[in-house]
Amino acid sequence: MDVDCEVSAAAAAAVTNGLGGGEQAAAAPVSADQLDVEAYAAQYSGRTRVARLLFIAERCGVEAIQLEALRMAHDEARAREDTVLYLDAVLKINSRLGPRYRHDQAWVDSVNRRAEQRKEKLETELNGYRTNLIKESIRMGYNDIGDFFYAHGHLSEAFKSYIRTRDYCTTSKHIVQMCMHVILVSIELGQFAHVTNYVSKAEQTPDTLDAVIVAKLRAAAGLANLETKKYKLAARKFLETGPELGSNYSEVIAPQDVAVYGALCALASFDRSELKSKVIDNINFRNFLELVPEVRELVNDFYASRYGSCLEHLEKLKPNLLLDIHLREHLGTLYNDIRHKAIIQYTLPFISVDLNTMASAFKSSVSMLEKELAALITENKIQARIDSHNKILYARHADQRNATFQRALQTGNEFERDIKAMLLRANLIKHDFNQKNWPGQRKMNL
Amino acid sequence: SPSRRDAPISPSRRSIPSASNRSFTLRRDSFVSSSANLRAHAGGDLLVTVADFLTSCSADQIRMAPDKFLNVCRVLKNEVMQLNAPIRGIAPLRAAVRKIQTSSEQLTPLHAEYLMLCLLAKQYKAGLSVLEDDIFEVDQPKDLFLYCYYGAMIYIGLKKFRKALELLHNAVTAPMSSLNAITVEAYKKYVLVSLIQSGQVPSFPKYTSSTAQRNLKNHTQIYVDLSTCYGTGSYSDLETFIQSNAEAFQTDNNFGLVKQVLSSMYKRNIQRLTQTYLTLSLEDIASSVQLNTPKEAEMHVLRMIEDGEIHATINQKDGMVSFNEDPEQYKSSEMVEHIDSSIQRLMALSKKLTSIDQNISCDHAFLMKVQSGRERARFDYDDFDSVPHKYF
Repeated sequence: MDVDCEVSAAAAAAVTNGLGGGEQAAAAPVSADQLDVEAYAAQYSGRTRVARLLFIAERCGVEAIQLEALRMAHDEARAREDTVLYLDAVLKINSRLGPRYRHDQAWVDSVNRRAEQRKEKLETELNGYRTNLIKESIRMGYNDIGDFFYAHGHLSEAFKSYIRTRDYCTTSKHIVQMCMHVILVSIELGQFAHVTNYVSKAEQTPDTLDAVIVAKLRAAAGLANLETKKYKLAARKFLETGPELGSNYSEVIAPQDVAVYGALCALASFDRSELKSKVIDNINFRNFLELVPEVRELVNDFYASRYGSCLEHLEKLKPNLLLDIHLREHLGTLYNDIRHKAIIQYTLPFISVDLNTMASAFKSSVSMLEKELAALITENKIQARIDSHNKILYARHADQRNATFQRALQTGNEFERDIKAMLLRANLIKHDFNQKNWPGQRKMNL
Repeated sequence: SPSRRDAPISPSRRSIPSASNRSFTLRRDSFVSSSANLRAHAGGDLLVTVADFLTSCSADQIRMAPDKFLNVCRVLKNEVMQLNAPIRGIAPLRAAVRKIQTSSEQLTPLHAEYLMLCLLAKQYKAGLSVLEDDIFEVDQPKDLFLYCYYGAMIYIGLKKFRKALELLHNAVTAPMSSLNAITVEAYKKYVLVSLIQSGQVPSFPKYTSSTAQRNLKNHTQIYVDLSTCYGTGSYSDLETFIQSNAEAFQTDNNFGLVKQVLSSMYKRNIQRLTQTYLTLSLEDIASSVQLNTPKEAEMHVLRMIEDGEIHATINQKDGMVSFNEDPEQYKSSEMVEHIDSSIQRLMALSKKLTSIDQNISCDHAFLMKVQSGRERARFDYDDFDSVPHKYF
């Protein structure tokens, strides 16, 4: 544990930022030298590469990186002949990158024309197959159309086409293929309920699945859980992802991401024993953690109660993680949860804690720490009381005996009150208590 | 001599010419004509005569002609109101209540009148003697509402907010087919006292009449808004709200209560601090509770300690407050007695409940309803386990 008592202003500021500035739409504090856009983009393929590049360009505050990302996005979109993404990139570039990156309507039109032609061809073929009623051909026809739509950015049409292949699937391999396609499109559409649905469909097929496919399904499930804020489930799924995943799923997720997402979600939601058994002792997951040594370090730090250094690592990673398309919205919550967990775990074994020591361990000021502790106590996450005069935190265990007496007496009072009220009401109803009887009618039972 | 054509007086009584007997017949016949006649008959001081009569009349005889008796009481009440001396009516009316009641659990029309006099005379403790009896029998709805309302006001005057809340709760949740003004006023006070007592207004329990549930809030909108404002926890917001609506509260005669609601917010916030801190500086208390100076914080804490609302000690030298645990150890003999008496009381109540339940099971109307329900819809026999089959 760090005994360093000097709290540098910058560290304190960094920690205050760590308390949840992740949702801001304003530019995140990027350490520009850290993000290598090319290397980052190289991890991904397909549409997600372009989408991520555009995301980075939007969120990053540094113009150099922004332009770099946009340039790469533009080139990629052009190479893929995806006019929708191309137009998006061009719009954002806004003529800042020179003549080659200006809006080229002629190219757009020619691509669209060719796409139209291809589409007609595919559709005629499909109709042909449908009249012939050959299941396999119809299935492949729909698949081809789905692929076509996907490549050109018409995601909902792609989704519909892939769904339609369901009626023509004959083997479990077909079903799995369909599920994978649907999952891919749903992730990009942001419809994670479908993702979870189709993952379970794929997992239920009778044939044993290829290990790579299993890993892909787990990763996709983890992603769906992450996006729907089910962090504990997400952590479990990511941790169960086999190392066979490698870079086979680059159109969705990179293995580094699995490591980062899994580790962060686990830290935020697991207790110590789960953390040890599922993360630290998990041999399969170790392969992923090796890819991101910083994350591995911080998990170990957390488990070894080196909270100061753990939180420092988190801060260092924060700017880059904010540029991640899936993690950005959840970063604030996850960081908060991790920090609170650290504080709670720190205070757990002690009867009394000196707030000064604790503040230096967490690299924050005493007054701020006191406020955080007060909030956690109010939420009943820590059983303690603060001696503000001497700056000590005392563990507090409620006196069971007194509490029981108090509760018993209170229950007695409530019972008495409720029964009396009820008897009164019963009596009122019994006398056919009715305001229509008011004027005049006066009965006194003698 | 006055004829005896109305109330049948038993022969035995007729033969004993007691003072009360004679007064009774005198009064009785006076009222056959009009109450103005009473003045003529009584001569002298009307008030003293009637008061005497009320205190010394015989309960049995009274109960044979309750309406007339009630009229007499009403005359008394009007008289003291006219003389602007409500306190003079308290003792006689209390005696009257006791005489006309068939049991201490019965509510009479006199209860409300008596409580009203106590309120006007500010003799709250006198009202307590009648309020302490629990009411289980009610004939007239109007009596109940007024009784609950005035009774609650007496409890509020004595700062017994929990008992006040019970009465107001009964007024608000009583069965009713249409809203009446008393219930509306009762609800206004219910909101205010709930806020003082527990910091929030509970939602209507499901046995509340649908009339009340649908309409009460419409007639009491600023009170509902007040409770929402209270919920935000901001003293300054609440203060502004109260000041901008001060006139409305004044018209309802609720301004005093509203001021108590405002000061209760400080109390609640300070109490929350006792759960989190062992010691806290007066400055920190002031800032977290939104008071202006540590001196004010000290004043509030001091008052709460005196009222027994928190257990704490103030160290003026350091400007620190130490919050202590509740010293009650539940080991003293007083506590044992208290627990024992509570147990006895509750057992008696439970017995009463069982006997009423049994009575209802044997009640003809109930059995008819159960039987017709059984014929109409094929229910399981298990649904009607509690009904003794031999009564069918």
